[in-house]
Formats: sequence, C-alpha cells, structure tokens
Amino acid sequence: MQTETQASAKDMTVDTARWIYTKMQEIRQFETAVHDIFAKGEIPGFVHLYAGEEAVAVGVCAHLTDNDSITSTHRGHGHCIAKGCDLNGMMAEIFGRATGLCKGKGGSMHIADVSKGMLGANGIVGAGLPLAIGAGLTAKVKKTNDVAVCFFGDGASNHGTFHEAVNMAAIWKLPVIFVCENNGFGEASTFDYAAAADRISDFAKVYKISGETVDGKDLAAVYEAAGKAVERARNGEGPTILECLTYRDFGHFEGDTQSYKDKDMQQKAVTDDDAILRYQQFVKEHKILSEEDIREIDDQVKAAIEEAIRFSEESPFPGEGEVTTDVYVSY
Amino acid sequence: MAVKMSYSDAINDAIRLAMRKDESVILIGEDVAGGAEVDHLQDQGAWGGVFGVTKGIVEEFGRDRVIDTPIAESGYMGAAVSAAATGLRPISELMFNDFIGSCLDEVMNQAAKFHYMFGGKAKVPLTIRTIDGAGFNAAAQHSQSLYALFTHIPGLKVVVPSNPYDMKGLLLNAIFDDDPVIVFEDKTLYGMKGEVGEGFYTIPFGKAEITRAGKDLTIVGIGKQVHTAMKAADQLAKKGFEAEVIDPRTLSPLDEDTIINSVKKTGRLIIVDEAYPRCSAATDIAAIVGDKAFDYLDAPIKRVTAPHAPVPFSPPLEKLYMPSPEKILAAFSVMVGDKVFSAV
Ligand SMILES: Cc1ncc(C[n+]2csc(CCOP(=O)(O)OP(=O)(O)O)c2C)c(N)n1
Ligand SMILES: [Mg+2]
Repeated sequence: MQTETQASAKDMTVDTARWIYTKMQEIRQFETAVHDIFAKGEIPGFVHLYAGEEAVAVGVCAHLTDNDSITSTHRGHGHCIAKGCDLNGMMAEIFGRATGLCKGKGGSMHIADVSKGMLGANGIVGAGLPLAIGAGLTAKVKKTNDVAVCFFGDGASNHGTFHEAVNMAAIWKLPVIFVCENNGFGEASTFDYAAAADRISDFAKVYKISGETVDGKDLAAVYEAAGKAVERARNGEGPTILECLTYRDFGHFEGDTQSYKDKDMQQKAVTDDDAILRYQQFVKEHKILSEEDIREIDDQVKAAIEEAIRFSEESPFPGEGEVTTDVYVSY
Repeated sequence: MAVKMSYSDAINDAIRLAMRKDESVILIGEDVAGGAEVDHLQDQGAWGGVFGVTKGIVEEFGRDRVIDTPIAESGYMGAAVSAAATGLRPISELMFNDFIGSCLDEVMNQAAKFHYMFGGKAKVPLTIRTIDGAGFNAAAQHSQSLYALFTHIPGLKVVVPSNPYDMKGLLLNAIFDDDPVIVFEDKTLYGMKGEVGEGFYTIPFGKAEITRAGKDLTIVGIGKQVHTAMKAADQLAKKGFEAEVIDPRTLSPLDEDTIINSVKKTGRLIIVDEAYPRCSAATDIAAIVGDKAFDYLDAPIKRVTAPHAPVPFSPPLEKLYMPSPEKILAAFSVMVGDKVFSAV
C-alpha cells in the first residue's frame, strides 16, 4: 500500500485508516458476492473464500509496496485485494473471461498480478513457502530493500516445505515474513488434531528468528506486529513468523457442509469477533474515522463490486487460440 | 447378481469388502474420514474424502484403520510405503494426482524400487488411490491426468478404470496385489451409474476389455475417454464404418496382445487420451503398435489427445482442450482420405 507506517495502530493516518477499511470491505463484499453467485451455479470450478480473515491480509499488506512480493494460497482472493489487484480483473478471472487477470486461464485458485507483487494464489498447499524465500533471495542479492510475505494456513504448517523454507530464510537472513493464517482448520481437520505444536510461532525459537502470535481478528494487532516484522526485514534483521489467529466464515470450499465446525464458535466469529465490526469500533473509538466515513466507504465498495460483476458478465470468454498460447515465452 | 451403483459407491464398496476380509488393510489420507477428534461428531466422519467417496467407512472400521493425516504427503505416503513393507496393506489416498509433486520420491524411488533393489526380498503391497481428469473447471493444478508419469516407472502398476464394474474389481485386485499399484479415479466419473457385481470379485491386471467390436478401425480410449471413443464409434457406424473400441483398463501392465490383434484386423488405430501428448500413454501405445504391427497398418496411427499445454480454467477453453467425438472423426477422415467423409 504505502511506506508511511506508524508503530501504533491508533496513530495511523486517516488515509491509512480509510485504505484499510476500504480493502477489508472490498474483501468481505467481494467474497459474499462470489458466495451468492456460486450458489446460483454461475461460477465454475472450486472456490475457497477468505471472508472472516480480512484483518490478516489487510493488516500485513498495509506495510507493503508494489515492489514487495507476496505468495498466497488456494484461499487467495483476500491477499489479491489487499495487494492491490484490480477488482474487475479478479472477478472476470473467477468468471473465466478473457478480461480476467490471467485471461481466464487460471481461475479463482490461480489469480495473480506480478506487476503488483502478487505471485499468485496457489492450488498446492505449502507451495508458497519456498516461493516466498525465492523472492526474498532476489531482494537480498539485488540489495533492493524489498520484502517478501508468505501467507499460509495452519494446515500448511504441517507440510515439509514450511520447515525447509523457514530454515533457509533463517540461515540466510532473508527479508521474509511468514504469515500463518491459523483459522483452526485445514479442510475438515482441526488444527488441534493435525498439528502437534500449540503455536506455529513457537517454531521461531527453534529456527532462531522472531516469532509472535496475535489476534488475527484484530486489525490493529496484526497491523502493529506486521509493521515491526516488515521493518526488521527491511533492516536486514531476517525473517519472522507471524501467526494470526482467525476464522473462516464460510466452508473450506463452496459447497462444504461444515459439520466439523462448532456452532457457537461460528456464531461468535461472525458477530462479536467479526474483524470488520471490530475495526469499525477501533477507528471510531480513536476518532480516526467517523460513522459517515464508514458508510461512505461501504457504499463505494458496494458500487465497485457491482461494477466488477457487471464487467465480468459482459466480458467475452477467451478465444480458441488461447488454449495453446503462453505455454512458453518463446517457441 | 449385479447391482446398480455409482463409480464412487463402487470404490466405497471395494474398500469395505477389502477391510472386512483382511485386518491389515487400512485407509490413510487427508480427510478420508474428516473431523478427527471433533467432540460433537463423536467419531463420525465429517467428509469421507473431498468428494465423499469414502463416506461411512470410518464409522464401520474406526479411526485406528481409517486414518486422517495432516497435510503432509511425503510424510504419510512414505509411512504407507514402509507400513506396506512391514505387514500392512495400506490404501493411501493422494487427494488429487496433481499433488504427486509433494510425494514423488516416496512413490518413485521407494515403493517402486524396494522389490527390485532388495533382490526380490521385500514387497510393498500398497494401493494409492488418486483423483485425475479434466472437465470440472478445476484448472491447471487440479485437472491433470498423470498416469503416464507412473507408467514410465518400472515397479509400479497403473490402473485407469472407466466404469463402476471395472473400478470395483480392479481396486480389489490392486489392494490384494503384492506390488505398489496406483488407481486413477476420474473425478467426472464419480456420479456414473452402472452394473456392479455383488460381493467380492477381482479383475486381473493386463486384460483389456473390447467394449465394442468392429472391423474398420481400432480406437483405444484411456480412462473416461473410452466413452468419447464409444460416442465416436456410434457416429462412425452411421457413416458405415465399424470401429472396435478397446479399454486397456491398466496401463502397466498393458494388454498389448488385445490391441495388436485388433489392429491386425482393422488396419487402423486411433488412441484417445486426455493427458498431454508427449511421452504419454497414447504415444507409448502408438510406438508399440508401430513396432509390432507395422505391416498390418493401412494408415498412420493417430492420437487424439490434449494439446501440449496445461489444463485451462475457462469452461469454453477446457472444452476445446479435451478430446471429443468430432476430433476422433476428423482424425479418421484424414486416415481414410475420404473427401465425402471429411465433411463431418
Ligand atoms: C499439496 C496439497 N495437498 C492437499 C491439498 C488439498 N487442500 C487444499 S486446501 C487444504 C487445506 C489447507 O488448510 P490450511 O493450510 O489451514 O488453509 P485454509 O484452507 O484453512 O485457509 C487442503 C488439504 C492441496 N491443495 N495441496
Ligand atoms: Mg487453516
């Protein structure tokens, strides 16, 4: 987003606060719209929604510029929006249209915009971890002062790539922030069942890097912890594991019955603990944004999402020739 | 006695029969039950696999034998390999075959090679079940058909069932085979209904099925492409050409004789395969027939395959990407050089 960051979230500028709220709302409304359209059968393929986890992607990306890279997951829409991907291009991609960010060839699980430092949503769990340290290596070798952020799930922390990547980032002091979105589940398995560790951030100790666990529903907490981690990375002080405790509001994928979820926990996550409601309270309490500001942004975002849907529906499908283009750069 | 059931239910049925028959059979993989240690589920499964194929199995056999794993393919696949070598008969589920990147070593260098490297003194009775196939708009990393990758490797057996009856018999054969076997489940076939034998039966590997007899052309279809071949054969029949359609059922071992004998009769061969064309099952079969039945061929062998490109997401592109009866007819018209026919 921008380079101006404040150590304390309550001291953030009005511009930053507005940007953050806009992005959080964009993610929420985008995902809710995709959920509804998918239910009507108008979106093909597999879709994994990010709603509920907005504070993580936005709180982290608030500290990044287009030159910084992020790697993402199958649940990538939120990361894309927070990193500045175009909403029309994203929605059109999910609709499989020629105007999509990947010309309709990738779909929901592969949205990317390298020009924004968004190295792609990813269909392979754990794949983003080594990819992120590669971007960190580029920054280090080229001495650019850029950083790389790896968003990954609690489920992915059980994959070997997590340990390979964190260890290498540590020994080479790479400017990488490993942001674990611990939403308590990997598909239909709980974090408690699948992981022996209590906290993903505990691995930081073993690998001798910085590590912290924060309330991932609290934008301010994520924003502050990420700000420090990014600063350390830019200063050559090496990687961080930032674990954000969060929750996904929808199922693992669209169509999931979610029988494994606890009803009370689900209810709390979408009411008292809702990341957007909590951020609204925060900005009002600290008099950064007013109720009118919030409503104004809500309306702007609503219009933008409606426009993205209209744009997508009216866009053409890719032409026949696209099946075999882009396999190689040169033939 | 035959019963009607889906491809998906045939898999479920085969696994249950095997687990009832032999206590050393276990089912292991990501969310093969789902919901492990979730209090309110009281040890009921949550998913039974991502497409619900193994639903209900944990309720019958318990979590000691139906094991949900962390997302750690190299970990649990390696465990399944050595569990097989030390006395179990694991059915290990690799959710999508595209995830083989995370555990290829365990399959290619461990499971496939133990028996040979150890001078025939170890065996790995492991069955890997995995999902393949395009047609669901699941994009480049969830739609591949990678059976050729495994066919390439000595020591692995490769099974590509095209219908519920074959699925059940071949899967049971895989489970009780003493070699590592990988069984491909085409995701678009899960809902396909068909007659399935009741109770326990096996179908031996290396025995192709002639799904339609004919004298003018041989069409070999791999996996679900047998059905595309059958549709093309129907259309060809209307034009006066009788195609023989062959479902090899297993790619390793491959029933070369059935294919070659058919080509000797028809003089023409088309292979239909939705996988990438290079170094593929289609290319392999073409080479074998070129080698062993060249003198009987009246026309060049044609392959109707995916192009040399990843699977595209956008529905119209994916449709263009796949083999179709029209593409088979177009290939045939080139083979017979028939101008009238090429109007189709
Ligand atoms: C290598 C690999 N294994 C398994 C899968 C199937 N899969 C997709 S998402 C997912 C769960 C991921 O859980 P987590 O990392 O916690 O992310 P979340 O879905 O909770 O955001 C699984 C098992 C996959 N895509 N890739
Ligand atoms: Mg998770």
